[in-house]
Amino acid sequence: MKLPIYMDYHATTPVDQRVLDAMLPYFTQDFGNAASRNHSFGWAAEEAVEQARKQVADLIGANPKEVIFTSGATESNNLAIKGVAEMYREKGNHIITCVIEHKAVIDTCKKLEKQGARVTYLPVQKDGRINLDELRAAITDKTILITIMTANNEIGVLQPVAEIGAIAKEKGILFHTDAVQAAGKVPFDVNQVKADLVSISAHKMYGPKGVGALYVRRRNPRVLLAEQISGGGHERGMRSGTLNVPGIVGLGKAAEICKAEMASETERLRKLRDSLNEKFHKNLDEIYINGSMEHRLPHNLNISFAYVEGESLLMGINDVAVSSGSACTSASLEPSYVLKALGAGDDLAHSSIRFGLGRWTTQEEVDYVVDKLTNVVRRLREMSPLYEMVKEGVDLSKMQWVAH
Amino acid sequence: MAYSDKVIDHYENPRNVGSLPKDDVNVGTGLVGAPECGDVMKLQVRVNPETGVIDEAKFKTFGCGSAIASSSLATEWLKGKTVDQALAIKNTDIVNELALPPVKIHCSVLAEDAIKAAIADYQKKREETKANEPVGAQSV
Repeated sequence: MKLPIYMDYHATTPVDQRVLDAMLPYFTQDFGNAASRNHSFGWAAEEAVEQARKQVADLIGANPKEVIFTSGATESNNLAIKGVAEMYREKGNHIITCVIEHKAVIDTCKKLEKQGARVTYLPVQKDGRINLDELRAAITDKTILITIMTANNEIGVLQPVAEIGAIAKEKGILFHTDAVQAAGKVPFDVNQVKADLVSISAHKMYGPKGVGALYVRRRNPRVLLAEQISGGGHERGMRSGTLNVPGIVGLGKAAEICKAEMASETERLRKLRDSLNEKFHKNLDEIYINGSMEHRLPHNLNISFAYVEGESLLMGINDVAVSSGSACTSASLEPSYVLKALGAGDDLAHSSIRFGLGRWTTQEEVDYVVDKLTNVVRRLREMSPLYEMVKEGVDLSKMQWVAH
Repeated sequence: MAYSDKVIDHYENPRNVGSLPKDDVNVGTGLVGAPECGDVMKLQVRVNPETGVIDEAKFKTFGCGSAIASSSLATEWLKGKTVDQALAIKNTDIVNELALPPVKIHCSVLAEDAIKAAIADYQKKREETKANEPVGAQSV
């Protein structure tokens, strides 16, 4: 077993060697501009891009013509939401999203609010899923877009996207979903979900950073987007800019591999994840899973180890790469807004660790992480005044704390 | 973020972790911070009634590595100091000693608060004991 262990696959993934091999010729040999229509260099690049478009389309059950390449999911989310808001301004100005969306969605919505749009941020239930009745109740005749993620990046919880898509369809509202964490990991079909716009990213599925895609439905309805980057009119005029051919080839190959290996890989990861979870529960008391275990990505686990702080936990396992919802690990010095939205209390957000398993995670690594983290949690609890007070029978929620 | 060697040393080998009997009249207890803020420090001192010198200091901390290191260092510094000397410890002393980055300064502030709270608790107990002495001398 090699150290350090990487167990943060929701943050990013390494590029699969097969993906890299597919990309390499497009840097030096077939380096043409895919928009060069009159020579073989351009044709070779265009052919590679079109093959990648098909590979991406196949992964999500789409038509290749419905796939737009972007610089990544942040751009895809921006293009989908701003593009719809601008294009359908006459029809309405109301957008529905939810409080645990990725910042690329939330901050895009906030920006639109400043420009006069109205945005409803649906809360989530304790299990991390939105309530469909609340979604229905939020819809007005001005609603033009519902944007709800397929799977959450912190807690791995899967939203009821097929039900959301059906509601949107019934009401004639466009439905965008940020499927970055789900695409390539669990089955996702644009027609089954009735999605009109879908964001995906290459580097979350063993492809390179800096490339992503946006699915834009062409029929029933034909979705139109106002371009957010102006220029040469690439990508059906929705996203100008010379195509990142090697990156796109990488995204295509990554999508193809994910599709081919999904069934077996999902099962393998689910077993490893469940083993991680069971072993923690066997070793430690007072640990809490954040979000639904039933509706969850098979490779995600997010646990709060009560009475110990996340950053100090990470410090004790410095040969394991995971992340925490603790304030101390975030640039904003605020605990995870996703965990706060679950309503479990900020103290549990500070004590949370996110485990993201992936293509190269082994049972041996899982066992190592469990042993190591168990020891650190026990050591830090011996050092924790909260743990001591709870063992003495003090109810922490009834204490008068001096906030600072 | 990289931690200084001193923070790592205190995190890995914390000094004076533990608890003193909080009902002891010579023990002062400070409990500062809040779980929802991500750090809580309990710091205790025991003062020798003969000499007025702190002869024992213990801590328990829920918080990041810098918070643990700040309180661990504080207990090290408190031992052997008089109450007045203890009150003179400033959070900036802790920042300098541990080379804390700006985002971790609040950990040192919390440690200073914990010292002050522990000593205030000790002094309050002493006052109460003194006030009770004449009463205790009379027959009930």
